[in-house]
Amino acid sequence: MQNRRTFVVTAAALAIALAYGPAGAAGKYGPGASDTEIKIGNTNPYSGPASAYGTIGKSISAYWKMVNANGGINGRKINFISQDDSYSPPKTVEKIRKLVEQEQVLFIFQSLGTPTNSAIHKYMNAKKVPHLFVATGAGKWGQPKKYPWTMGWQPAYPGEAKIYASYLLNNKPDSKVAILYQNDDYGKDYLNGFLKGLGSKAKTMVVAKEPYETADPTVEPQIIKLKASGADVFFNITTPKFAAQAIRKVHDLGWKPLHFLNNVSTSVGGVLKPAGLDKSVGLITTGYLKDPTDPQWANDADFKAWTAWMNKYYPDGDKNSSFNAYGYAVASTMHEVLKRAGDNLTRANIMKVASNLKGLKVPLLLPGITIDTSPTDFYPIECAKLQKFDGKKWALVSDVICPKR
Amino acid sequence: MSAPAGTNMRDQAALASGARLSNQQIVGIAAAVLVGLSLPLFVSDYRTFQFTLVVVYAIAVLGLNILTGFNGQFSLGHSAFYALGAYTAAIMMDQWGIAYYWTLPAAGMVCLVAGFLFGLPALRLEGLYLALATFALSIATPQILKYDHFEKWTGGVQGVVITKPDAPFGLEISQDNWLYYFAFVVMILLFFCAWNLLRGRTGRAIKAIRDNPIAASAMGVNTALYKSLTFGVSALYTGVAGALGAIAIQFVAPDSFTFFLSVAILVGMVIGGIGSIPGAIFGGIVIVFIPNLAENISKAAPWAVYGALLILFMYFMPLGIWGFIRMGYARLMRRLKAS
Repeated sequence: MQNRRTFVVTAAALAIALAYGPAGAAGKYGPGASDTEIKIGNTNPYSGPASAYGTIGKSISAYWKMVNANGGINGRKINFISQDDSYSPPKTVEKIRKLVEQEQVLFIFQSLGTPTNSAIHKYMNAKKVPHLFVATGAGKWGQPKKYPWTMGWQPAYPGEAKIYASYLLNNKPDSKVAILYQNDDYGKDYLNGFLKGLGSKAKTMVVAKEPYETADPTVEPQIIKLKASGADVFFNITTPKFAAQAIRKVHDLGWKPLHFLNNVSTSVGGVLKPAGLDKSVGLITTGYLKDPTDPQWANDADFKAWTAWMNKYYPDGDKNSSFNAYGYAVASTMHEVLKRAGDNLTRANIMKVASNLKGLKVPLLLPGITIDTSPTDFYPIECAKLQKFDGKKWALVSDVICPKR
Repeated sequence: MSAPAGTNMRDQAALASGARLSNQQIVGIAAAVLVGLSLPLFVSDYRTFQFTLVVVYAIAVLGLNILTGFNGQFSLGHSAFYALGAYTAAIMMDQWGIAYYWTLPAAGMVCLVAGFLFGLPALRLEGLYLALATFALSIATPQILKYDHFEKWTGGVQGVVITKPDAPFGLEISQDNWLYYFAFVVMILLFFCAWNLLRGRTGRAIKAIRDNPIAASAMGVNTALYKSLTFGVSALYTGVAGALGAIAIQFVAPDSFTFFLSVAILVGMVIGGIGSIPGAIFGGIVIVFIPNLAENISKAAPWAVYGALLILFMYFMPLGIWGFIRMGYARLMRRLKAS
């Protein structure tokens, strides 16, 4: 009897040790994570009106392919499930629910679009699933108190506007500013950020503000009014088509203000060429990513690695597209977060790591620009450099500028 | 010949014209309702949510079917009525804090009036011209929703976020299950009303206008009034669907109601079965599941697969899924009788 009891006890102890031992050593897992795999969900517009952005999703998929080919992250392969939502919010809700509830992904990464992410904002936070580094510049993705599970990545529109404002306050505090803005949330995000950045000086410095509607055929009447205000600084908050009209009209009127152009419309091919490259000389905007078409990066190590990766993992992608550089840089950020999370792959820990990044350097970000977050700061990239158009390309003209909070 | 008694003959006629249901049909409907009610017991919350969308689109498809299938008027503008219903519900819940169930009748009424008013000038337009006019309505809608002076209510480009309702009376079921049952009951109610509307005098007038408008007016049917009213009723159905859809998705934004939604409803109607009430349910299934199926088949070109699937449906089921089922059933019965 005694022997038998000892045997039973020993066997039970052994069984418990076997059952719990290895698991305890391997790590803590939330849904979608295991010893061998990390499941990540994503939505992108591969079809529909915004399908030009779809290349971001494709480049991110290609990035994870490279990571997996190199052995994964801490021995775990990335299973990146990217779904097409056609930029339609109801479709996004359906796809995201599929990813979270059916596929059981660990988190959602880089879901693209402002209306589409708005549709799932509440859901993600109610479900407590990380909603990380979303692909939109709206200001509302950095509210850690109200939405502790959602975080943006790129400089937000209000932040970018504050950079122009702080440049003016430091260099031209006596200037008179005229503003053209698109009359919607995007335009107002910029406008309000700019006015806030100027602070108490906004009242005296801003001499004219003109809105336009996306349905307007042209913004020329607004430009004529703005010139008449006698301003010597012009802040151009417009989408590509209107940006080209505004640049041309400003030049044709012989108005020579210090011309700030928002980052949304800085495409050389899409905006500056139609406006006239000679008419675009002297435009100023912000930059935070190394532009693939900029010859100064030809011998840059990051850029060479990026080109090699494009050739190997995304050969049919466009090597002139800044979207593909963006996808690489944002996926690198996620890569770093997962590396740091180590074996503690719970949703709460992913969020904790993502909100404690200090001076993180990511490939393809301009020298001096880093990713910084804290539990109260959910805006990863806030700083940028000013760049000036020299008739051919954007040339960096300033040191890193960080907006005042 | 032993002719049946007078009343009996009337019964036969009523059965044949669909004014009354046969025993088999009643059994079929009861079985379908049972299946519908028990669905959430077997599937996940996510699937239940998808079935809620099926119910929502089925109501919208029925709305378009009343107009196109039964009255012969074309519309590519039903996304506009869907959006109107969705925004009515969203604004009522978000701005005025009204309970979600009150938003359905309100959305229906708003759309009834809007549809009736749109139907009046549309009377002068026939066939393709009406399709064009309604097309204009649907492409204008997203931009009107972004219009600055409405922004206080519509939320502009950002849209409106609404809260999902909990199950009432302390019921221990998930929000998704509750919403499914709610939508399902609304659907049954609306389907019954549509059947009731279309089986009697009104229905005959509506169908007569489709088949031969001149003969219909010669018979004393007020063509103008009936056409406008049908437009109104059709918009009402679509508007209620929009309101239910908004509550299920918890979000409305201009980008949710593009022209493509109109096309999706049209596709659902044609593949489900034009001019049939049960076909609308298959239409809803088609709208929700065919794009997903296409994406599962090919990630690279889902819309090419979608197109191919549509062509296959049209080729093998020219009368839609419901027509296919009916014909298959009839053929089966004939064969059983013969053997």
